[in-house]
Amino acid sequence: MTTAQAPRRPAAAPPAPAPGTTPTQSGTSGAARRALSRQLRAYGFLAGGLLCFALFSWYPAIRAVVIAFQKYTPGSAPEWVGTANFTRVLHDPEFAAAWRNTLTFTVLALLIGFAVPFLMALVLNELRHAKSFFRVVVYLPVMIPPVVSALLWKWFYDPGAGLANETLRFLHLPTSNWTNGADTALLSLVIVATWANMGGTVLIYLAALQGIPGELYEAAELDGANLWQRVRHVTVPQTRFIILMLMLLQIIATMQVFTEPFVITGGGPENSTVTVLYLIYKYAFLYNDFGGACALSVLLLIVLSLFSALYLRLTRTDD
Amino acid sequence: MTRAGQAERGQGVRTLVSPLALATARGRALYWTVFCAVVLAFALAFLFPVYWMASGAMKSPDELVRTPPTLVPGGWHLGAYTDAWELMRLPTHLWNTVVQAAGAWILQLVLCTAAAYALSKLRPAFGKVIMGGILATLMVPAQALLVPKYLTIADLPLIHVSLLNDPLGIWLPAVANAFNLYLLKRFFDRIPRDVLEAAEIDGAGRLRTLWSIVLPMSRPVLGVVSIFALVAVWQDFLWPLMVFSDTEKQPISVALVQLSQNIPLSVLIAAMVIASIPMVLMFLVFQRHIIAGISAGSAKG
Repeated sequence: MTTAQAPRRPAAAPPAPAPGTTPTQSGTSGAARRALSRQLRAYGFLAGGLLCFALFSWYPAIRAVVIAFQKYTPGSAPEWVGTANFTRVLHDPEFAAAWRNTLTFTVLALLIGFAVPFLMALVLNELRHAKSFFRVVVYLPVMIPPVVSALLWKWFYDPGAGLANETLRFLHLPTSNWTNGADTALLSLVIVATWANMGGTVLIYLAALQGIPGELYEAAELDGANLWQRVRHVTVPQTRFIILMLMLLQIIATMQVFTEPFVITGGGPENSTVTVLYLIYKYAFLYNDFGGACALSVLLLIVLSLFSALYLRLTRTDD
Repeated sequence: MTRAGQAERGQGVRTLVSPLALATARGRALYWTVFCAVVLAFALAFLFPVYWMASGAMKSPDELVRTPPTLVPGGWHLGAYTDAWELMRLPTHLWNTVVQAAGAWILQLVLCTAAAYALSKLRPAFGKVIMGGILATLMVPAQALLVPKYLTIADLPLIHVSLLNDPLGIWLPAVANAFNLYLLKRFFDRIPRDVLEAAEIDGAGRLRTLWSIVLPMSRPVLGVVSIFALVAVWQDFLWPLMVFSDTEKQPISVALVQLSQNIPLSVLIAAMVIASIPMVLMFLVFQRHIIAGISAGSAKG
């Protein structure tokens, strides 16, 4: 331990002699040995984490691509099949449905999931009382396990005694089929996802709004800007970056939606809520077709990586 | 940050609406109207569903399906809760969840901290390449890789061991969390080298330095990483669904869905309430830190 030296140890400090050598002899071989032991120590600290990343992040990424071109059954040797998995998956009628549903889900979630939290943050930022109450309450659904929120809303959407239709009846409004109608099911799931996840978005928008210099609003007001104009010409431009970031993150997250359709609708009715990730799950665990599942994963990866790359490019600036 | 701090205390930060407009009688009336409307809307949107769940579990089976529904249960039956506890074997599933979450948390703290410390301060060869490889995994959407990850767990390369139906199948992949590792590394990067060098001149080894200098300084970031790690495992569904086919070993999220088909509604709802309690309690206890963590994270973009 006494030979442990900081890389930038001041030259004035006497070098620790290696055992069996006089200080004058220790020159290059001593330095090399010290460098080696420093590397060994560094890799000792790194080893566990590095192994986990290698096994559970890097290796599966490579494997997804490899298996996408193989016929793979656990327990037997994989066979190369060229692009057969891709053609099979592309000709599956569920493939088009899954992508259409996922994209519709993403667009709807983006519209509702941007507008509602942004307006909420805008209003909350003006309120001067009970600030922490609002923050706790809006974030509460995020802390409820997603499976529980999904089951809870499945019960709300029950066409008979469900809370959703009871509320509509109470207000003398026409009731809906919610998740039982092929045309309303996807929107119903978007409402669940928005309810369950918007807490984080609201808090982040709120923090961004608090970063806007008050002088900008004062100046705008002196120029005669009304409330709407101040939102349009001060608030939105000042938070544009964070809005863009959150939108990209939301696209990436909602394109991987699984729990809500799996728990609430099981992909139905008439495949109207099968998502891409759900289809991947079906290929792997229902059809036992791991090659097809990996081919689908690779396609999803390519699409999502475009958004991720855009996100990283935009955030790179602050480092 | 200082501006956010001022706003937190609610002192004279100019926002969209001018303080002068709020000072007038009309402005004040409008403010309180909006305030009450927002309180009402928040209570209805976020608290009422939770109340509906907790009170629904106390209704009798006929009351639960009655139309129009009762706002307050006619009698407070706790039977559904005790039934859920026994019929759905909640103690087993809750314990499984605790074991999975705690193990993932501890392993992440130990291995991610050590790796982040090495990458930040020990200058390993190829450190930049490794960090790049770790950050690249942030770009790759985790869910899209679940199937090859499942195949890896089912048959680990070289040693051919299966981690299916084993908590290790949750613990080890949890360590490969690029976001937490990046948070830690960024925090360690800000600790000046001189502080560590001073400790080493005093004869402290690398491990000693990490343990008695770096870690005590890193309490805030360790707290954030801990909360992220625990919440992630507790809330996860698809990965444990793949890993645990053995019902005995399933965490509560998977068990709830598997058992939801053939269990009376009131019992299922009671089980849902019980499954939510631990995370909601943790949130109420640490709400300040959690909310501050999310808000601060955004400042960096």
